[in-house]
Amino acid sequence: MGYLAGIDVGSRMTRGVLVDEHGRVQAKTGRETGARLEVAAQAVLDELCATQRIKPEEILYVASTGYGRYRVLFRQIQITEMTCHGVGARWLFPGTRTVLDIGAMNSRALRLADSGRVAAFRMNDRCASGAGRFLERVAKALEVKLEEVGELALRAQDPQPISSICAVLAESEVINHVTAGASVEDILSGAHFSIAERLVALVRQVGAQPEITLTGGVSKNAGLVRALEERLGAKLNVSPHSEYAGALGAALLARARWQRLADAVGGARVQSCEAAREEPA
Amino acid sequence: MLVAGVDVGSTATKAALLDENKRVLALALVDTGANVVRAAERAFRAALAEARVEEWDVTYTVGTGYGRYRVPFGDAQVTEIGCHAKGASFLFPATRTILDMGGQDTKAIRIGDGADVQDFCMNDKCAAGTGRFLEAAAEVLGLKLEELGEVATQSKKPMKITNVCTVFVEQEIVMHLARGCPVEDILAGLHWTIAGRSIGLLRRVGLEPEITFTGGVARNAGVVRALEERLATKLNVAPQSQHIGAIGAALFAWERAAHGEVGKRANGAGPRPEAAGGGN
Repeated sequence: MGYLAGIDVGSRMTRGVLVDEHGRVQAKTGRETGARLEVAAQAVLDELCATQRIKPEEILYVASTGYGRYRVLFRQIQITEMTCHGVGARWLFPGTRTVLDIGAMNSRALRLADSGRVAAFRMNDRCASGAGRFLERVAKALEVKLEEVGELALRAQDPQPISSICAVLAESEVINHVTAGASVEDILSGAHFSIAERLVALVRQVGAQPEITLTGGVSKNAGLVRALEERLGAKLNVSPHSEYAGALGAALLARARWQRLADAVGGARVQSCEAAREEPA
Repeated sequence: MLVAGVDVGSTATKAALLDENKRVLALALVDTGANVVRAAERAFRAALAEARVEEWDVTYTVGTGYGRYRVPFGDAQVTEIGCHAKGASFLFPATRTILDMGGQDTKAIRIGDGADVQDFCMNDKCAAGTGRFLEAAAEVLGLKLEELGEVATQSKKPMKITNVCTVFVEQEIVMHLARGCPVEDILAGLHWTIAGRSIGLLRRVGLEPEITFTGGVARNAGVVRALEERLATKLNVAPQSQHIGAIGAALFAWERAAHGEVGKRANGAGPRPEAAGGGN
């Protein structure tokens, strides 16, 4: 069986997905990116291979995506995260017309054409408001785990508004709320509504149409999903695979690319990873 | 006659004590922390202790504070914009433009001959260029906040820092460090970038000289150098730059006291010394 890989090097997490020749997901994994992007990418590839007991050179084609996509030295191709999230979201939810990708540093809204191509997008690329790091900062200030903030926010009785959109200034506001005696749940709920506000603005700017699919690491956060659904007045598509949508899209695009190349040379096995290795950028 | 000014900032609370000749008797600084009212009291008492006087010796006290968390401390309150204008033109009478870079916001103020505020604009939406920004950078670099400016001035070849968002800059610093860039070059680039943002604010109020630089960030030599290079002009920077708001507040207190107003603490609200027991 032949394998194709997608590696998504994000600012916080690096994720990889392995699909087979038929486009079926065979493995997925993720780890923190850290400062050395090349190392994280290689480690994710090695983990993917280990799950299937294969060697990296047995992978037919590798597509990289994410902000560190140029640092994936073993890639055959790099593809923007927009395209990959669009493809990944469509695979997870075929009715997807709008994608909201909430990452640690950047969030983006995509509107997909019927063909699945990205027709329009908006992103917050100047500042971290509306991104996962905002919640990370708030979690740190409240001394709770990032994985818990969403669930805690759902238990709020009296949500406390957070007016700062700056992740750094929001931290001070959180501390003021703590001092005033507000509960952790209420403060977290306010923080989730604050970030949801920014995200809803992105979604509206892109001209959202249903169905809307969430992707990216923050899609796991149930509190944010609810805040977004309340503000948008619509249900959102979320799956346990949502955080892997970028890597999944990359793997599926790697497969499509490999297929085209294979067809072009009459179905022969085109090239292995080793043969096609590019010079590092 | 003594007068006091207390300036509750987002990060530090400052107090200044002046005598009847407007001489600065004491300056104090405490961390604001979460309880702003307590911080004002602590800074005020620290200044009293330094000058070895009691609260009832102070004829009048003016409080100033920051934006939405304004603290009603003292006998009267004046906006921090007004206090900075007053304090800056007291220390540098030719001041026409003030750049105040504090813990969580940055202000540009244009003033007239009589320290009257003619225009101001402010960035309190985003932490870029504030003390918080520099704190975050210091933390990532493993340096103390006070060391940043000094280290930056050693740079021969500043790095280009493309982000202004504190969160993005942290990431950018990590990347540069991972590639082995010298810390001083990263810092110099950082100071260059945030100077650019402040200059944007200054241009909106006009850049009439002289320019006086106030607030906690003015203590950072790297920011001062970057601003002077980019503006191609010298800035007025006082050793007590962080206390200029408090000094301005104390000067307002002086004016009130000179008009015969007497504050509530001096007026008997506080414990008065017994004939034998009081005084130093």
